Amino acid sequence: MSLIATHHDELTVRGTGSALGDAWLLTRRQFWHWRAQPGAFLVGLFFPVLVTFMFGALFGGAIAGPDTDYAGNYYLFLMPGIFTMAMLFGLESTMTAVNADAAKGVTDRFRSLPISGVAVVLGRCIADMINSVLGLVLLMVTGVLLGWSWSNGLAGAAAAFGLLMLLRFSLLWVGIFVGVTARGPESVAAVQILVWPVSMLSNLFVDPATMPGWLGAIASVNPLSATASATRELFGNPGWNDGSGLSEHALTLAICWPIAISLVFAPLAVRAYRRLGG
Amino acid sequence: MHQPPPPGPGPAVDVRGLRKQYPRSPAGTGLVELDLRVDAGTVHGLLGPNGAGKSTTVRILTTLTRADGGTARVAGFDVRTQGREVRRRIGLVGQAAAVDDVLTGRQNLLLIGRLNHLSAAAAARRADELLQRFSLTDAAARKVDGYSGGMRRRLDLAAALVVAPTVLFVDEPTTGLDPQGRREVWAAIRELVGSGTTVLLTTQYLEEADQLADRITMLSAGRVVGRGTPEELKSAIGGDWLDVTLPDPAELERLQRAAQRFAAGEMVVDEATAQLRIPVADRTRALVALSTLLGEYGIDPLDIAVRRPTLDEVFLQLTSTTGRPAADTDEAARR
Repeated sequence: MSLIATHHDELTVRGTGSALGDAWLLTRRQFWHWRAQPGAFLVGLFFPVLVTFMFGALFGGAIAGPDTDYAGNYYLFLMPGIFTMAMLFGLESTMTAVNADAAKGVTDRFRSLPISGVAVVLGRCIADMINSVLGLVLLMVTGVLLGWSWSNGLAGAAAAFGLLMLLRFSLLWVGIFVGVTARGPESVAAVQILVWPVSMLSNLFVDPATMPGWLGAIASVNPLSATASATRELFGNPGWNDGSGLSEHALTLAICWPIAISLVFAPLAVRAYRRLGG
Repeated sequence: MHQPPPPGPGPAVDVRGLRKQYPRSPAGTGLVELDLRVDAGTVHGLLGPNGAGKSTTVRILTTLTRADGGTARVAGFDVRTQGREVRRRIGLVGQAAAVDDVLTGRQNLLLIGRLNHLSAAAAARRADELLQRFSLTDAAARKVDGYSGGMRRRLDLAAALVVAPTVLFVDEPTTGLDPQGRREVWAAIRELVGSGTTVLLTTQYLEEADQLADRITMLSAGRVVGRGTPEELKSAIGGDWLDVTLPDPAELERLQRAAQRFAAGEMVVDEATAQLRIPVADRTRALVALSTLLGEYGIDPLDIAVRRPTLDEVFLQLTSTTGRPAADTDEAARR
């Protein structure tokens, strides 16, 4: 008799699953991963810090020439670019994790459980956004220590933070899409290489005005340039303004680009995920 | 034990006219009008070579893939329209051991328990129970990364059993395992069946199907080529086999020609061992005929054996005999 009663208890427990609750469980799985692999977690977090030093200390003197707005303190120009770059690099961790889970059959196991498919994607989403918030805070502290500051009040800084997170959110879908559809680690490695030229070919590190005309034009239309310009504006940092529409409307573009990217890639990602394995 | 919610009415698995085509891989792995019925509490073996459609079937039945046509019900629920109800009642052990390398064995089971909506305490209790049952208690706190192939498989199986499923799908459970690991997995599956779980097992190994399955469905290129109990399938193709080993392989051809009179199917000539294998319908008569023949030719055989066919031979017969519609064997094998 008691055995049957126990069964009944367990039955009621099984009924109470919400997509959000399940997503949070999968987010916590990612926390367990971080704790189990502190090395990989910290390397991912500190890599943009390394890039900050590389550009700031190594190239900074040459880039921040005497007739720039940021002569003598390249970090004022650089940090918003680094923040934007970190959002792009976050795409790699999303993609790698999604690809590994799909390849190992872990995703299939999750999909065979009584949870909604949304929960698996949402769990990944929450974990990656938390990771990016941590990374961004770390970078801002690094920037402040190196002489970067914002001069537009807390509201401006918060808005800039939000814009960066919006970009990260849109790239999340790109990461999930590529991670699910990529054939294997080789394709993932290709994307890991590709993020470099994509981040360089922008105004993140260097003013496009210093580039050959055609190259500067490409750098200016890069969606990353919009986010970097807009955050510079919001932080009150010296920025890029060539008087063109692209720089005038950087803020609008920094909102529209991520929304457009999300609108294209979120359905693609969900579709690819549903189709996993045919 | 944590029981799944009660199943719906009908057999554990009921598949009718299931179709699936992969436009990008025309060379197989699809399904052509599959019918399949698995009664509750039995082990059903889905047997066939690579590309026969075994995994496709499992993926459709576990709601991972959608069929192009036909219907499939698992534990009484439609896989297309009631996926969630199906998923509450099934366990899946896929081809790759789907365990999280980075986590410990115990963390893996805890996560699955929580995702099955057990309370934290119940998930912990269940995880420890399963670790013990699969002899993984000592490795429970270690990362799965360092586990052996057999240990990973056992953990994988444990993960599928966190909530004792009504129907357990096991896709090629012992591929890549050593004999020791294979025996462990077989023992675990047998034990499960004792507790009332229905198992649908896919395998390339006829021995495995013979060992574990109550009934077998043989697939080839997405079609059913035979079904029944292992015994029925063995009888379905000409009853017994006579193996006669000669002292000289040169005599094989002459003997084979003469044996045509009482052979019930295609004979197998093995030059290397100088053995002729003859499928026969009536073993006593065939034995008498063979003895007479050997006497006439003055051959003194090294060995004569009468035996049941292996499932390998059944499979070869069913797939190689052209012009023999699959439906015939279906009907013959069905009770």
